[in-house]
Amino acid sequence: MAADTRQSPAPAPVREPGRPPRQVWRDRLTHWDYKASPYLYIAPFFLVFAVVGLFPLLYTGYLSLFDRDLLDDSPTFVGLGNYLDLVGDEQFWKSLVNTLSIFLLSTVPQITIAVGLAALLNTRLRAPTGWRISVLLPYVASLVALGIIFANLFGPQYGLVNGVLETLGLDRVDWQADRFSSHAAIAVMVNWRWTGYNALIVLAAMQAIPKDLHEAATVDGAGAFRRFRSITLPLLRPTLIFVVVTSTIGGLQVFTEPKLFDAMPGSNNGGAANQFQTVTLYMYQSAFETQQLGYASAIAWVLFLVIIVIALVNFLLTRRLADSGGDR
Amino acid sequence: MTTTLPRALRRSARSEERSSGGRARFWTYGLLLAFAAGSAFPFYWSFLVASRDASILTDKVPPLLPGGNFLANAQRVFDSVPFWKALGNSVVVSGTVTLTTVLFSTLAGFAFAKLRFCGRVGLFLFVVATLAVPTQLGIIPLYLAMSELGWAGGLQAVIVPNLVTAVGVFWMRQYTVEAVPFELVEAARVDGCSMIRVFWHVVLPAVRPAAAFLGMFTFMTSWNDFLWPLVVLDADNPTVQLALERLQSGFYVDYSLVLAGTTLAAVPVLVVFLLLGRHIVAGIMQGAVKG
Repeated sequence: MAADTRQSPAPAPVREPGRPPRQVWRDRLTHWDYKASPYLYIAPFFLVFAVVGLFPLLYTGYLSLFDRDLLDDSPTFVGLGNYLDLVGDEQFWKSLVNTLSIFLLSTVPQITIAVGLAALLNTRLRAPTGWRISVLLPYVASLVALGIIFANLFGPQYGLVNGVLETLGLDRVDWQADRFSSHAAIAVMVNWRWTGYNALIVLAAMQAIPKDLHEAATVDGAGAFRRFRSITLPLLRPTLIFVVVTSTIGGLQVFTEPKLFDAMPGSNNGGAANQFQTVTLYMYQSAFETQQLGYASAIAWVLFLVIIVIALVNFLLTRRLADSGGDR
Repeated sequence: MTTTLPRALRRSARSEERSSGGRARFWTYGLLLAFAAGSAFPFYWSFLVASRDASILTDKVPPLLPGGNFLANAQRVFDSVPFWKALGNSVVVSGTVTLTTVLFSTLAGFAFAKLRFCGRVGLFLFVVATLAVPTQLGIIPLYLAMSELGWAGGLQAVIVPNLVTAVGVFWMRQYTVEAVPFELVEAARVDGCSMIRVFWHVVLPAVRPAAAFLGMFTFMTSWNDFLWPLVVLDADNPTVQLALERLQSGFYVDYSLVLAGTTLAAVPVLVVFLLLGRHIVAGIMQGAVKG
């Protein structure tokens, strides 16, 4: 029945000889309503995307071929000049390495912990919803608040983290000054905010796994770890791919956390020696601080390509990793 | 991918019995408690510092109970930045964006799920593909366009680019496919309903839970948005996040002041979250299963 009604055509505007003209007009209106409404309903999205998604992306590519100042409206065509400059720009390479380093330090532990946390949440708990809400709590924190709070916690002199380290008899760390430790601190912020969220997504996928698979494996003598590796992990594959790809697209654009982590407030440098400046932060600085729009556009386009490539690599990698779990 | 949403909703309440995991042991609770404490700690710390004076940060062993200075520090927040204005701006921006995103996404989701038209499949695939476009990288031309229009500095510059999102359209389409039977739409049409009345009286009531989740999600995302407002708005007409950033960008950072600001800014979202938390959790988990 459903299939039939779905295909039944709109009441056609057939002009029958005996019909009053008013009826015909109405039929025509109905027909038009039937034909045009779908396009009308989807139009807002396509309009908005064209204006704020497609046009800016293409125009960024166009701008990247020019030397253009933020205030000056007379750009000079430089061809691939901006890209050539970029290749020789140490700060750009540094920001790219910083971005990748922060990305690795945040994605790998985050997804590992999220899977573990999901396994914990997947046990028969009392008040399961309460626990889920509690791990999702960080998700409501704004990135700005997060950056401010963690900059305070990781403060070099009076930060709580260093206080705890000292109490434990360890050395204090200058979290902002040192390159690696600044990356680690920023990764902690990213992980703190997203681990619980991703754990819930993984948990949903775990609950979709049929119970009898686990029961059959238990009967065959498989232990909890074995069941996790041979049943749960392979079946989580689509979800893990989804989580990895979305965190790649987001993780490589990290901006707010490093901007607010800077000990010199309001600065876009990402530390005195750019030790934690990310590519997006560098793009922002080039566009709105040093006001070289063409150069900043070239940075944006290179980052766009990097994101696509890394998202693809991650997609293939995750597929293989989860696959090999299933073969054993 | 296999569960129908209304059923998933009904079942989520009893997920305890269905869980494929083992028994929860005492160390399961111990670990979860540690996670929960870690999740809550930065919020608490922020309130703790905000409720004392700056000396808390130089103490060897910081006190673990809040002091009595919160209101005084909050007052200083309102004195240092136009915080009321920022709150008002954020409410206007997030409120408008939420309404339009829910409306346009629900309409588009209905069209993609239940109406037949030329190019439906292709256009929907296009929507899915745009999910991967990092729109943050397009801010330069967008800024130029906004200046050209004379919108830079005004709230419309933050609202218009966020009127509707691909995530919203995708989410509503997935939900509508299963929540609204074709027969219902067809029956209403046969009875002479115009398309928009079908949407209003048949579709909208059926997809309310998904629309509510999309609304909460959109509101939080918009409330927390930073990069684009930073680019396009001025310091004297900020959103809450910009006001916070401004508090921190003095030469000397007074943390009991700044963290009083972050606490104030977090309160509205925290209240919404604690009231509607179970729906947000359910929404995220359903979205995951739909993939």
